[in-house]
Amino acid sequence: MRIMSRNDLLLFLGFTVVVLAMPIWLHPFGAAYPDLLQRFMIFGIFAVGFNILFGLTGYLSFGHAAFFGVGSYAAVWSFKLLSLDAIPAMIFAVVVSGVFALVIGFVSLRRSGIYFSILTLAFAQMSYNLAYSVLTPITNGETGLQLNLNDPRYLDTTMGIPTAGQPVPTLLGQSLGGFAGFYFCAGFLILAFFIAMRITNSPFGMMLKGIKSNQTRMNYTGFNTKPYTLAAFVISGMYAGLAGALLAVTDPLAGAERMQWTASGEVVLMTILGGAGTLVGPVIGAWLIKYFENIFSAINETILHRFFDVLPDGLDNALVAITSKFVGEGWFLTLGLVFVLIVVFLPGGIMEGVRRIAHLFDRKPKGRPGKAAPQPQPAE
Amino acid sequence: MFEVIFLQFLNGLDKGAAYALIALGLTLVFGTLGVVNFAHGALFMLGAFCAVLFRQFLTLETVTLDPEKLSPWGAPLEIREPLVQAWFGDFGAVLVNYSVPASIIITIPIMLLVGIGLERGIIKHFYKRPHAEQILVTFGLAIVAQELIKSFFGPNPIPQPMPSDLRGAADIGAFLGMQANVITYPIWRLIYFLFSFVIIGGVFAFLQFTTFGMVVRAGMADRETVGLLGINIDRRFTIMFGLAAVVAGIAGVMYTPLLPPNYHIGMDFLVLSFVVVVVGGMGSLPGAVAAGFLLGILQSFASMTQVKALIPGIDQIIIYLVAVVILLVLPRGLFGRRGVMEA
Repeated sequence: MRIMSRNDLLLFLGFTVVVLAMPIWLHPFGAAYPDLLQRFMIFGIFAVGFNILFGLTGYLSFGHAAFFGVGSYAAVWSFKLLSLDAIPAMIFAVVVSGVFALVIGFVSLRRSGIYFSILTLAFAQMSYNLAYSVLTPITNGETGLQLNLNDPRYLDTTMGIPTAGQPVPTLLGQSLGGFAGFYFCAGFLILAFFIAMRITNSPFGMMLKGIKSNQTRMNYTGFNTKPYTLAAFVISGMYAGLAGALLAVTDPLAGAERMQWTASGEVVLMTILGGAGTLVGPVIGAWLIKYFENIFSAINETILHRFFDVLPDGLDNALVAITSKFVGEGWFLTLGLVFVLIVVFLPGGIMEGVRRIAHLFDRKPKGRPGKAAPQPQPAE
Repeated sequence: MFEVIFLQFLNGLDKGAAYALIALGLTLVFGTLGVVNFAHGALFMLGAFCAVLFRQFLTLETVTLDPEKLSPWGAPLEIREPLVQAWFGDFGAVLVNYSVPASIIITIPIMLLVGIGLERGIIKHFYKRPHAEQILVTFGLAIVAQELIKSFFGPNPIPQPMPSDLRGAADIGAFLGMQANVITYPIWRLIYFLFSFVIIGGVFAFLQFTTFGMVVRAGMADRETVGLLGINIDRRFTIMFGLAAVVAGIAGVMYTPLLPPNYHIGMDFLVLSFVVVVVGGMGSLPGAVAAGFLLGILQSFASMTQVKALIPGIDQIIIYLVAVVILLVLPRGLFGRRGVMEA
């Protein structure tokens, strides 16, 4: 049996090449520095995982940042207690967030539609509030959990690995700073993408899509849909935990604000912007949002003045005054506007736009030209 | 002990009143248009900033330098005179003092316009779309509103003073024939509670006793039939959206002295009021009001030191905990109707 169809293989290879070559092709865009690239990878994983739940089953979780935060905390605790090596931390974080997702998913999935969204939101807010208040011994409250020279690190001590200077996460003794960290994250993104692709094309993935189109009919056909949705929820929770752990690897400081509902909202934005239910869409959405967040928020009035320099004086100042509202501090305004426009005019996200454009150039006669396939309704 | 419990009960009322007012508006929109409006918190915030704007407008001053008198630093004394005072004299001073309640007058038309514009402009196109997309588009709108306010008023909270006559506390204990000075309660909170009572009562009376309200209720029950009878139900529902926006807006105005508004005040309340709506039962107006007060009071009890000593951290999560339990035990919420958004 072949593992993948030819198209999938091409897509996967293409994706791998694009990801690995990012430091090269992002250079002209001014984004080829490791810190940002790592974030591209991490939030790419987060969005791919979120898409397994939202894109395939149609369940809109508004509390996914909780798993992200739990992954971060678990990874930092592993650095503190076990070893500075990244591998045990990743395993520990994925397992912990998976268990966490299992518990929350088991309860939340008893309802669907908006009730499910509210339940996940409630759980995430509970985790966030607790992390700030009562769980301070575990989460270190507002300061955030960070590495310390005096941490026990039992695994490292028994194996006799000394720590020199400020503790930083490593991979088998190699430092994970800079581009090494990027390739480490990139490896995980490619792996995550591969698994998501296999899930989408498997019978299990078909089942999830069936749940999205019509859960009642699935039940009447004799499928018990509950284990499937729960599995999807746990898998996407583990993805979120993995992303959180990677963020902790690249920057070993875990704070509660990673669990706030705005962070959950962000991953929803990424997935929708790119195109929910597609494989590449969420990743593109995550990249675009992170890119513009970094680029737009760095632009200030001086840069704008330079940009509009060619225009006559009065017009120049007026344009700067208007555009300055949309960049820098106000970049979220741009994000909100773009997001509203996308939801109104292009519900399928960027990927639907790409498909529509591709359709224009498609000369082959089709059964129904120019008509998009009806969008399946998510589970109510 | 009784005094302590009674005091906590009172403390819960003003927060509960705010939850109830926002949840009422959310439910009005959901019950009529069937739209899950995540931008409702933003409407609350816009209302609060109408009060800020009104006060800023009232306190515009003329600054004149008086070369005859010197300030203690030796510079010419600046004489500031609010324009309103110059124009209207004493009435102007009273107006500035009562700027918060007075700004309701400008808030109502502004919020009505905002609400109707929002409904006709964007939300209209989302009736037939899935709830997930409604949530997403209104969420985006909320971000836009929030960021616009942030770019005009800055990120910091802007305190709004309450009218000077209404500062201080009322001795409710003495009023009810108990010992004096045991149960005292800030007057403005009492006013907020009474105000919410009037608004809620007004909305219910409007729906119950006017022809317009009757048509709207009929439309909530069976939109199609009402439309077939030749009634333009869409226009009435649009007006209901405007009304919900007004309720949220004036709830925001009156809340400003209690909590200085900043640009994300709406979001903070929205998450909670969604929980309130769901607990009360989607689409049930009495449910929204009851759940609002219930959760407000529960939250106030949970923040008592005795309770916190018993269960640490309970004050942080009580609302969400109650929501989870209620949703799991009563899938339709407290007063949910059969067949509305059933899962």
